[in-house]
Amino acid sequence: MAEFFHMGGYGLYVWGSYGVVAVFLALELIFLARRKQALLERLTALREMEEDKS
Amino acid sequence: MFAVTGMVRRDVILAMRRRADVLTTLFFFVIVAALFPLGIGPEMATLRIMGPGVLWVAALLASMLSLGRMFAADYADGTLEQMLVLPQPLSLLVLGKVVAHWLGSGLPLVLLSPVLGLQYGLAPDVLKVLVISLLLGTPVLSLIGAIGAALTLGLRGGGVLVALLVLPLYVPVLIFGAGAVEAHSSGLGGEGHLSLLGAFLLMALALSPWAAATALRISLD
Amino acid sequence: MAIHWTKYSAPSAFYPMAGRSLPWLAAGTLLLTAVGVYMGLFSAPTDYKQGEAYRIMFIHVPAAWMSMWLYIVMAAYAGLGLVYNTRMAHMLAAATAPTGAIFAFLALWTGAFWGRPMWGAWWVWDARLTSELILFFLYLGVMALRAAIDDRQRADRASALLALVGVVNVPIIYFSVKWWNTLHQGATIDFSGSKMDRSMLWPMLILTVAFWLYSFVTIFLRARCEILERERHAEWVGELLDNRG
Repeated sequence: MAEFFHMGGYGLYVWGSYGVVAVFLALELIFLARRKQALLERLTALREMEEDKS
Repeated sequence: MFAVTGMVRRDVILAMRRRADVLTTLFFFVIVAALFPLGIGPEMATLRIMGPGVLWVAALLASMLSLGRMFAADYADGTLEQMLVLPQPLSLLVLGKVVAHWLGSGLPLVLLSPVLGLQYGLAPDVLKVLVISLLLGTPVLSLIGAIGAALTLGLRGGGVLVALLVLPLYVPVLIFGAGAVEAHSSGLGGEGHLSLLGAFLLMALALSPWAAATALRISLD
Repeated sequence: MAIHWTKYSAPSAFYPMAGRSLPWLAAGTLLLTAVGVYMGLFSAPTDYKQGEAYRIMFIHVPAAWMSMWLYIVMAAYAGLGLVYNTRMAHMLAAATAPTGAIFAFLALWTGAFWGRPMWGAWWVWDARLTSELILFFLYLGVMALRAAIDDRQRADRASALLALVGVVNVPIIYFSVKWWNTLHQGATIDFSGSKMDRSMLWPMLILTVAFWLYSFVTIFLRARCEILERERHAEWVGELLDNRG
């Protein structure tokens, strides 16, 4: 197992690449999910306000 | 044709009334070219190698800095909106403005470049190639820059934005412009580079006035 | 079965279609990523020339391919939006740019992490890396222009035109950078020289498809947000919000 993480001496580079790719792609998804959530909440609140007025 | 020449004359006359703008661009070019030896060191051998690239980058930045002027004044006083409804095709009017912009920013740089080249220890025949490469390349910079200037018309922080939009598109011109000079001084001959620069110029002449006119229509809509 | 693609140019039709396909796309992304990463890290044999470091290629090459492909996709949507003036095309162009920029960045990052052990430097002015860097700048330009314009229609059309100008220039930039690089005799390792084993090709292809599906996921998610923002006064969005409770 340790040998696997060692990657024949290239561990830093291999894991530095795969790790950063994984982190960036995951972060993009998380940000998008949060954007959607916040947007839905804001739009619902806006709609309720508009309905109250009318 | 008259649309082009008329616009060139008008813009050149206007520019002559504001000579300080032309001088500012030139002074910027001179001072950037003078700062590099101060940063790198005065060894002539190093400067001779870096010279063409440095001068080309300085010319590129100077020409980019003056892009904001291309449409700004006409936009501010409403002339630009009236140009949209003129019977002449807008792309020809844009071409006229680009030519005028080049006469006020590119051409002075070309004329001044041999003097700055001397500061970098470039030989006379190398200087000649430098001037030819700038003569072919700076109009391309004005042509491509017109698209960026038209897209960012009236935007906050338009100046920095133009740099971000336009500089990546300048890369081929820079490569072949500075490359021509280097190829010549290393004995390979710069003709190939120069003819490619000429091809870029023809392509930019054909496409970019039209693209810049479209961009103006989008910005003024 | 004839699929009427033009139907989905209406945001009200695109939104539920994207919503329905998202779980499948996400599942496909996860599955293929798992398979590709497993093959890339475990089952592909060690390269005799590059050692284990060549495993970076399995994500570097797909990321670079996707960054280029997404630029073409973005420009295609931009062109559709300019010519036919469809809102959905502009929204999809806007949704494509950030994912493309991320892939361009990741291609640069993994390129650097591959270059450090192979070339002995984090950055080498190699033709491919340099073109990728300029592609990254082009993405940033399109996104910055869109962000700088408040008027939505102008932002759509201006960034669409810039994307089209960019796509005309990309091949010119690529060939000039390539020529520049060969003239200056940079330190380039041509890995087309080391013949690719089939066990090395498969992970790369599978991860490319995985990244592609991933792009569908993020672009659909982002396009759905764009739709909600722009169409919030439409009746169907109101109903959707009411049904949310």
